Amino acid sequence: MSGGRPPVVRAPRATDVRGDPVDVTVLLFAAHRDLAGADRIVVSLPDRATVAAVLAELRGRGGGWAALPERAAVAVNRRYAHMETELAEGDEVALIPPVAGG
Amino acid sequence: MIWSAITTSPIDTREVLSRVGAEEDGAVALFLGIVRNSNGGRPVSGMEYEGYAEMAREQLAEIAGEAAERARTDRVAAVHRLGALAVGEVSVAIAVSSPHRAQAFDAARYVIEQIKVRLPVWKREYYLDRDAEWLDGQVPVAHGGKVG
Repeated sequence: MSGGRPPVVRAPRATDVRGDPVDVTVLLFAAHRDLAGADRIVVSLPDRATVAAVLAELRGRGGGWAALPERAAVAVNRRYAHMETELAEGDEVALIPPVAGG
Repeated sequence: MIWSAITTSPIDTREVLSRVGAEEDGAVALFLGIVRNSNGGRPVSGMEYEGYAEMAREQLAEIAGEAAERARTDRVAAVHRLGALAVGEVSVAIAVSSPHRAQAFDAARYVIEQIKVRLPVWKREYYLDRDAEWLDGQVPVAHGGKVG
């Protein structure tokens, strides 16, 4: 019919999307794994939640989870990170107990 | 070459040594970490090393690179083993070669000390007289700053 070009539909930019929960995978090792009884778990959190929020969520599960430390050394996507590091969809968060290699 | 690895196989120290050395080098330092037969006066029957293997691989490569930079050599080799080890087995091997001994010793020392504070590896000790337990470790320090 009309020869006009189809309207351009712009995909929402990442910054337009707020509040969607994000799923992150948490890895647990050594003594932490023994406490929790699990070596990995997927946690759903509000967008831009911090590593600290992950620990709070896990500790809130009660049982052995409650014995996890409030603050721990952590890695996000295999790099050392901080409790205040903000997380994005698909991030891999590892709790790192005191290391004892060598 | 700068070489590093995380392995579950027994470490062949001659193979690690063969990865360093050059005609201009007058010194080779080899450090081995070995599972010993006691800890804190308690007889030990073996050790289980657990690691966050993917991250440990990246951290060890970084550490080896930093050691090479310090020693101004590109002949650094480092390997850490994971899994169940018996007393006397090699858990870590580090080889560095350089023109003079000071750099080789210094770089090898740097690698093992950094492993102790950064490598995401844990060990559970097995005793002859009681249940196994995870050993106390170091709160890791990220390169350039404390974490946590």
